[in-house]
Amino acid sequence: MKQIYLDHHATTPLDKEVLDAMIPTFMQDFGNPSSNTHEYGHRARYLVDNARKQVAQLIGAKNPDDIIFTSGATESNNLSIKGCAQAKMTQSHKNIVTIAIEHKAVLDPLKRLRKEGVNTRFAKLDSYGVVDLDDLASKIDKNTILISIQAANSEIGTLQPIRDIGIIAREHGVPFHTDAVQALGKIEIDVERDFIDLLSISAHKMYGPKGIGALYVRRGIKLVPLLEGGGHERGMRSGTLNVPGIVGLGKAAEIARRDRESFVAFLLSLRRKLADGISRIDDVILNGHPVRRLPNNLNYAFSYVEGESLILACRGVALSSGSACTSTSLQSSYVLKALNIPDFLAHCSIRFGLGKSNTEEQIDVVLDMLEKGVKKLRSMSPLYDMAKEGIDVEHVKWSNEHKRVR
Amino acid sequence: MDIWEEYTEKVLDHYENPRNVGIVQGANGVGVVGNPACGDVMKLTIRVEKGVIVDAKFKTFGCGAAIATSSMVTEMVKGKKVEEALVLSNKAVMDALGGLPKVKRHCSVLAEDALKAAIDDYMSKSKK
Repeated sequence: MKQIYLDHHATTPLDKEVLDAMIPTFMQDFGNPSSNTHEYGHRARYLVDNARKQVAQLIGAKNPDDIIFTSGATESNNLSIKGCAQAKMTQSHKNIVTIAIEHKAVLDPLKRLRKEGVNTRFAKLDSYGVVDLDDLASKIDKNTILISIQAANSEIGTLQPIRDIGIIAREHGVPFHTDAVQALGKIEIDVERDFIDLLSISAHKMYGPKGIGALYVRRGIKLVPLLEGGGHERGMRSGTLNVPGIVGLGKAAEIARRDRESFVAFLLSLRRKLADGISRIDDVILNGHPVRRLPNNLNYAFSYVEGESLILACRGVALSSGSACTSTSLQSSYVLKALNIPDFLAHCSIRFGLGKSNTEEQIDVVLDMLEKGVKKLRSMSPLYDMAKEGIDVEHVKWSNEHKRVR
Repeated sequence: MDIWEEYTEKVLDHYENPRNVGIVQGANGVGVVGNPACGDVMKLTIRVEKGVIVDAKFKTFGCGAAIATSSMVTEMVKGKKVEEALVLSNKAVMDALGGLPKVKRHCSVLAEDALKAAIDDYMSKSKK
């Protein structure tokens, strides 16, 4: 059966142009960029420098040397947060300001730092997940060592007012880190215009290879490295450079910049078609902001229908859900929870992530499956019957959570 | 992970072609268990005549496994004496489905609880 991929927030396929750029680096241009006594090394160094420029251009970084290559955005986020905290070792009562809907690669390092005495302060969000700027500013004090706020959310697609946050950070003299993996290639980001000091990049979220990413580090920002041994990447990330990955990331960055406008227009037209189709189904609620969101993202709660059962009804379509039943932890989405979306609706939520290879025909197929699936599952849903009788299912007194595995 | 590959053919069959969906006309036992906040609610209705469950139907809000176990339990109890149905375990329902992924085992517990709740309801009504 033909598969339809609608999970582009999780990862994207490699662009053919990216693959073409990478291939010579495996067997022909295989040198180590640190070798400066021969042509193999020089050639590899040239390729890496070129990629550094390509990545710098994507984010408006004036100096390509401010790009540090890493294994991906998880490492970039860890390096920003832990590296910044360690660099201020002697300072006490440190705190970092963030928001509750950050990726786990930000939240988990912060959790670890809490054990070491670095507090996390969460700035308030509105019901769409947009940060409250006044509250953010009020959370900053002389002990704030970093502000880390994502550019766009991977579940609900909500965009943060990055430049406004950058201005607040600069006014307070606090470094500003942003995890921009979901936004790059879709939203224009400029580290100068937006006053960004640290920015995490991942290749595989923008049609590049997995296992490679970068961190933009503004001059003057002090980070203690996670990895030491050899002093690569201005001493901030030791380890022989992953030349094939770096070349792939560079090419992906170049394409992301070159094609951004036409790509966004394409995504918006596909998304309009999908949203129009879904709006024909009753009792569907949009999670996240109606306009300030990634152009490839939609996230809906199909009331009275559990998310996993609806994904099953869309056989052959790659989707993800906020429902506990699709996660191994049996917890519903922490992002939806942070927006005070009731658990019941979180279980009914599905994320749609559009990408380059999707077509209008695919959207028609998906809409047909969704309409039929929702209809069938609601005909089986006791909650749908109750709702039709005028009962508010959220506020009924339910028996306790049923017993777990025996 | 392809959730289709996590389930046995039997589970997928009961998810795609669920048996006994609905509310039994003239039901004398009703069991509702679960909680929408936890992602699953099952309503089981039964009609008992002369100590035998002559009809059973379900309505379920839940994942594929919850729907399949609900469907299976209605099939398994129809024609059974109340005492026999009372000892039906979640494991028997799971076995009949050819097994469930580990994280979905609680769904079979839900089905067992719904059945017990429906029978309890019948017993308390018939005592009056």
